[in-house]
Amino acid sequence: MSEIFDSLWPDYDPGRFFCELTAHRADAGPVPRLLAERLGRIGLPDLRARAAQAETDLIDLGITFTVYSDATAIDRILPFDCIPRVLTHGEWDLLERACKQRVAALNLFLGDVYGKHRIIKDGVIPADLVFNNSNYRPEMQDFPVPHGTYAHICGIDIIRDEFGDFRVLEDNARTPSGVSYVIENRHLMLRTFPDLMAGIKLMPVDDYGRRLRAAMSEIAPGGHGDPQVVLLSPGIYNSAYFEHVFLAREMGVPLVVGADLVVENERVFMRTTAGLKPVHTIYRRLNDDYLDPAVFKADSMLGVRGLIGAWRAGNVAIANAVGTGVADDKAVYAYMPRIIKYYLGEEPLIKNVDTHICREAEGLQYTLDNLDKLVTKPVGESGGYGITIGPRASKEELEASRAAILADPGNWISQPMIGLSVGPTLAEEGIGPRHLDLRPFIITGRESWVLPGGLSRVAMKRGSLIVNSSQGGGSKDTWVLAENFAAGEGGAA
Amino acid sequence: MSTYMRDPGLLARDAEGLFWMARYLERVENLARLIDVTQSFESPGFEADAWWGLIRINADEENFSKRGFSPDAIHIKRFYLLDKGNPTSIPSSLEDARTNARTLRPLISTEMWRQINVFHRFVGRIGAADLEGDALSRVCTRLKDAVQAHTGITEGTLYRDQGWYFYELGRLLERADQTTRMLDIKYTALLPHGGREEQRVAELTQWHAVLRGAAGYHAFKRRARAEFSAEDVVHFLLRDASSPRSALLCVRRMESHLDDLRRLYGLHAAGEAIESAELLREILVEKPLSHILATGLHDYLDIVQIQLQKLAACIGRGFFRDWRPEPAATQTQVQAQA
Repeated sequence: MSEIFDSLWPDYDPGRFFCELTAHRADAGPVPRLLAERLGRIGLPDLRARAAQAETDLIDLGITFTVYSDATAIDRILPFDCIPRVLTHGEWDLLERACKQRVAALNLFLGDVYGKHRIIKDGVIPADLVFNNSNYRPEMQDFPVPHGTYAHICGIDIIRDEFGDFRVLEDNARTPSGVSYVIENRHLMLRTFPDLMAGIKLMPVDDYGRRLRAAMSEIAPGGHGDPQVVLLSPGIYNSAYFEHVFLAREMGVPLVVGADLVVENERVFMRTTAGLKPVHTIYRRLNDDYLDPAVFKADSMLGVRGLIGAWRAGNVAIANAVGTGVADDKAVYAYMPRIIKYYLGEEPLIKNVDTHICREAEGLQYTLDNLDKLVTKPVGESGGYGITIGPRASKEELEASRAAILADPGNWISQPMIGLSVGPTLAEEGIGPRHLDLRPFIITGRESWVLPGGLSRVAMKRGSLIVNSSQGGGSKDTWVLAENFAAGEGGAA
Repeated sequence: MSTYMRDPGLLARDAEGLFWMARYLERVENLARLIDVTQSFESPGFEADAWWGLIRINADEENFSKRGFSPDAIHIKRFYLLDKGNPTSIPSSLEDARTNARTLRPLISTEMWRQINVFHRFVGRIGAADLEGDALSRVCTRLKDAVQAHTGITEGTLYRDQGWYFYELGRLLERADQTTRMLDIKYTALLPHGGREEQRVAELTQWHAVLRGAAGYHAFKRRARAEFSAEDVVHFLLRDASSPRSALLCVRRMESHLDDLRRLYGLHAAGEAIESAELLREILVEKPLSHILATGLHDYLDIVQIQLQKLAACIGRGFFRDWRPEPAATQTQVQAQA
């Protein structure tokens, strides 16, 4: 297989990284070759022209996120790369099962930490990790949620290492964003590159809105044949506002802001032209802190006074539930393999990135012995603060890191440096390798459903490992092959 | 309503957003037309007077002097076409319209949103060179075209539930407001000098400009007597039953829309606004024009203007107040969240 790419793209070199297109995968069938040939036929100039057209399309359609500085608001698009990322049928089967397993464990864990605390009493996870966690919400203790589901919408960040093995990098169980791009990217591909996709059977991504609405109906307080679902957004100045609009439209439900809702007698209503109308489920895209000024941040202008009271009275459902943040932070992440084992009696179908927990003697020793090879992260921080990348750090930085870890081992974890997989990407130099990750989205009401594919984020800068949109990352359409080539004639091995 | 479809209702905030989006866009179209007409029909030697008329129509005297401009043609053009700091400028109105459109994205069609985005980009790129010579008229034509494209896309794609009625109410209210303002200012400026033939011809030219400002020149010509009078023009702008921009036609349509909102959507809060619109209609038709002109058109139009504002306030109280406790529907309004 690789010779084909050599002749088509002689300059394309993924180096030591796993390439999502050119690496040999028996069950990819003819698709990678077909894709490369078609890209070759379209040619670079036309590819660039169409990519530019696609970006203009995104701007015209306002598929943007807003970046605010002191005086100006700039609408930015998430850069779109036109070369899709291809997942085989077999890969998807694993990813899908692994995501469901992970979400099941997360929900059981949440039910337990806000319930009987078994996992803590059994010594699997330290009590202070849970109860001193800034995202732990004591208000949730013994509060029953329908179907035991706390994290109704989950996004799990998955990477692929040098060997092509999937690894979970992070769980997002609060208000994960990005799903709108999965669907918009597909539409954009269909409009702009129909010739690239012709004849290749893909799993559809159009079902997300219906599934989400169904899950939101499933969790509504009983007795409503057709419950009123709303999406609660912080409003037009939120950087993810486009996504909120997208989801409200796809679900066919009103997009509301805090000012639209009012609580009377522990029931939630929205203000319509015909007066107050009852609301039964709220898909909120607002952090816990802002939901209800009577309970959390008193100065929140975005929330609804009395909302938590109405929720506790059982008159409205809120998704995701309050307090899910305790399950998705770095400290708890390190324990996820044990959490999965504890509740499900199973090994994780997709492993974590190897993580050494410095609060444990063994992990601490290993970390201190290998500081120059490891990435060390404080568990209480987010956004990359306090991280030391061993192989790129100076002697002084390593010593500083050693001192910080020794001062408070419980606050640290360490991980090996992972060589993220790459995908061919339209870049300055032509088609070049760029690092990727993957965020599948899982919806859970009564049961879990995984949107086929997910958001493939790509670091547009050569060599960069940072795929975040706030730092110049882009995205690709993610194709999940509907055909299983491993079984039939397609096996190109 | 059929049993297997649900009535999604309409958020008070969205009703208000639709109302204001339409108003702002209507303002852009009217202003573009007035600028074009002012440029094309300015009488040599009286340019500054003609342009100052624009300021007066929009009651912008104070606003204009605050912005530190001198009252000449070029500054007035800049004030309306380039000055983002002037809340009544075309760029500001479009910005406000787009901000409302953004809050309305869950309701309006993708085609509407795309067009207003592209329109917004075009307006943002209007520069000083576009105000010079024949470029100005071209820019005005493009502005009118863009609002009309919006109108057409809306006609063809916006779902006609109650939201559409609020959108139409906003547009009609703004239109009636603009027509009466223009008439008020122009009539006073033109008032009858009688006298010599060339004076009369100059006046006629100005009356034509007024009619063009209301997009009614050709229709008026078809309807009017060969030797028309100022009174005929006033009649056409206030009371013509068929001119899309006559005050009466706008008020009648508002009345009918409000009635539909009450009948079809059970919005009983429409009652007060319907009464207000009825009163306005009566004011528009009750007295003979000759009588009004004799006792003072300006005072009469003042009453009409006040009644229009009352109608807007009734609509605000009836439908929008709910989510915004203060009286809604003042002269400018962009929805904003903290």
